[in-house]
Amino acid sequence: MEIYELTAHQLHEKLKAGEVSAQEIVKGLYQRIEDVEDDVKAYITLTKERALEQAKKVDQQLADGEEIGALAGIPIALKDNMCTEGIKTTCASEILHNFKPPYNATVVEKLEEAETVLLGKTNLDEFAMGSSTENSAFFTTKNPWDLDKVPGGSSGGSAAAVAAGEAVLAIGSDTGGSIRQPASLCGVVGMKPTYGFVSRYGLIAFASSLDQIGPFSKDVSDCALALNYICGHDPRDSTSAEREVPDFTESLVDDASGMKIGVPKELMDEGIEAETREAVKKAIAKFEELGAVCEEVSLPHSEYALSAYYLIAPAEASSNLARYDGVRYGHRSPEGQGLLDMFTKTRSEGFGDEVKRRIMLGTYALSSGYYDDYYLKAQKVRTLIKEDFAKAFAEYDLLLSPTSPFTAFGVGEKTDSDDLLQMYISDLCTVPANLAGIPGISIPCGFDSQGLPIGLQLLGDYFAEEKLIQAAYTFEQNTDFHQQRTEI
Amino acid sequence: MKVMKIDETMVEKVAMLSRLELSSSEKEQMTEQLNDILEYADELNELETEDIEPTAHALPIKNVFREDKVGESLARKDALKNAPQKEAGSFKVPQIIETDE
Repeated sequence: MEIYELTAHQLHEKLKAGEVSAQEIVKGLYQRIEDVEDDVKAYITLTKERALEQAKKVDQQLADGEEIGALAGIPIALKDNMCTEGIKTTCASEILHNFKPPYNATVVEKLEEAETVLLGKTNLDEFAMGSSTENSAFFTTKNPWDLDKVPGGSSGGSAAAVAAGEAVLAIGSDTGGSIRQPASLCGVVGMKPTYGFVSRYGLIAFASSLDQIGPFSKDVSDCALALNYICGHDPRDSTSAEREVPDFTESLVDDASGMKIGVPKELMDEGIEAETREAVKKAIAKFEELGAVCEEVSLPHSEYALSAYYLIAPAEASSNLARYDGVRYGHRSPEGQGLLDMFTKTRSEGFGDEVKRRIMLGTYALSSGYYDDYYLKAQKVRTLIKEDFAKAFAEYDLLLSPTSPFTAFGVGEKTDSDDLLQMYISDLCTVPANLAGIPGISIPCGFDSQGLPIGLQLLGDYFAEEKLIQAAYTFEQNTDFHQQRTEI
Repeated sequence: MKVMKIDETMVEKVAMLSRLELSSSEKEQMTEQLNDILEYADELNELETEDIEPTAHALPIKNVFREDKVGESLARKDALKNAPQKEAGSFKVPQIIETDE
């Protein structure tokens, strides 16, 4: 096996055994990037020199006989909406095309403490608004399983990088499915932890009550390792959960016996592509074979989740994105006549269509006279969605569904400006978890007739990540979907 | 004919509030698109929510206090590093107050 095909835990063993050096690993990854990046286009920025320095340090520790951490020397990719000191952080937007943050996001600090090696910053839909990376102001990332297809989004660059072997691990953010959906479309593992479990400090805000950082990996073991390092309370994020971080690798136990799994019928109806439904049904049968009890359950308000989400997220975005005014950082229009005109021109030049649309929608939903009808109504429906989950988790350990209603779609297939809902519907199965704040994981569970990966979503109650890890690990140990690699 | 939820005049007003400038073709398209989304969101009205409390946040976080301690803050020169224009240790912006000159 080539270095780029290995997982973090496999590379860690090799590092400890002296079979490979951290510098050889990082060079192996950059060689892979050189070979396939022209096709995949996962990265906006590469940080090679810095990465080689970081790897050198790990090799020095190994040479000195020091113990190294489980992620030391592991090459990772970071979605380009997390601040990296002195390294361009663009959000895939013209308005931040030249922004070099003066500080690191907490998650970046944690990954540095873990001595991971940062390979670069990955592509996304502008400000994480989208489901395909086609809203990136710079370029569209391609799905490594089929270069004519999208990788999903918004964390499409991170998902594609892991799937193509251009990173061992990657970090993304999930506001309505932006980790789980691209993980599903790219055939990798992607997890959104419970809201507040990973600090949002330094994550450029989209919708603050929904945004959550999480990992992409080639298998569940690596997902558990990444969570060990990125979760935890942060006084700099007032919404960060005060909660001990368990050792998630202790949940890597191959045992699903007695697990009670609910299957929400609303997420298995005709809105889901037939081949995806079939693959998920097989996964249910697999869980039953492994000793779990699977039963149909109802989340009666989940059909309203998309509507509620597409009011709440834009409302929060319209407020969060008010800060881009050309004063302190980013693009400033040279055309402005006076201050107000400068604001308006800067924003009109700097934001792409989807971002403008969401700012407009959010501003409208929050505006006087419409607030009660739209924003408040959506927040009330959010309560109903939350209560649905509370009822379900009173009876079940986990819920199971497809991650995405369909497999990877063609570049340009869902960008028709007359039918935006085509794209929005991608988030059908993932959005409810963001509204409720619960954790979810997507793992590979099959391939369609075109050879495109299908993802299985498992959802848990608040801070039930350990249960999710155990169930996902058990499924993985008894299937081989996660061992399939792209042919690129 | 379907009822428009939001017309071009309203789109103009919202654009002004959003500090966005839309060309006339953008305005037309935006009006259509916002109508589509709002029409879709109309399904929320099928639900009776009179007595339901709104959820602004998933976790039951109320107010978060910290100790009133002096900590480190960003150095001025670092805070100004990304400024499109700066002068005398400050961000520089176009003129705000009109003069008679």
